[in-house]
Amino acid sequence: MAEAIAFYFISACILGFAVLVISTRDTVHSVLFLVLDFLFVAALYVLLGAQFLAAIQILVYAGGIVVLYLFVVMLVNLKRPPEAHSDPHRKTNWGFALSIAVLVELAAVAAYSYARPAPALAAAAQAPVPLSGNTEQVGWLLYTSYLIPFEIASMLLLVAMIGAIVLAKREL
Amino acid sequence: MLLSAALFIIGVIGVMVRRNIIIIFMSIELILNAVNINLIAFSYQLQNAIGQVFAIFVIAVAAAEAAVGLGIILAFYRNKETINIDEMNLMRW
Repeated sequence: MAEAIAFYFISACILGFAVLVISTRDTVHSVLFLVLDFLFVAALYVLLGAQFLAAIQILVYAGGIVVLYLFVVMLVNLKRPPEAHSDPHRKTNWGFALSIAVLVELAAVAAYSYARPAPALAAAAQAPVPLSGNTEQVGWLLYTSYLIPFEIASMLLLVAMIGAIVLAKREL
Repeated sequence: MLLSAALFIIGVIGVMVRRNIIIIFMSIELILNAVNINLIAFSYQLQNAIGQVFAIFVIAVAAAEAAVGLGIILAFYRNKETINIDEMNLMRW
């Protein structure tokens, strides 16, 4: 019962802060709402039994990525806000219409999967294996079955780091 | 699941509607977070840690994307003094 209440509270906070992120005028406020949103997502991870992921979420997102965003927001010191200049060719209503189309697609997928639950899902729901030693288990999987994707991800991070440094240099 | 879908939709609306490219990048982060929530929820439901491994990969890719994207924004801002996507027509033919 307490778990359900916590889940709904955290969900409401996540959705509310997400709406604030995309609707605030001031970009700095938007970034700060993004931090709160990421923190609540980390709380949700703890609730769902993924403590290691919650720690990663706080370290990487709330600590790293958001600081990067704040730096860029302060570096690009806007003299005129982007929203002030309006393009007559821009069709905002189309954006909402396309988003609603994506929503309808997702609802269709959800309805379809409720009507015909996948056999693997039903089998797993009947015989749940206890998930213990979260960090240990994730680390074990990461370094045995998923070693090659792990190495590729690290290569991707290295390439992105070099690319970002080259892009942000004063003169190329 | 429903929470993840709703967060995804908010991100999509952000991408479609806003003109500030930094906000669009933040919306992309929201979308990736929605995907992560979905992965973790299934990992919890199926009691299987593979979903968490994939969520780690998603976080790594999101970090790389944020670094490169913000680098591009900085380079663009230095050239054109704007972050409005309607004025980003450098590659228009």
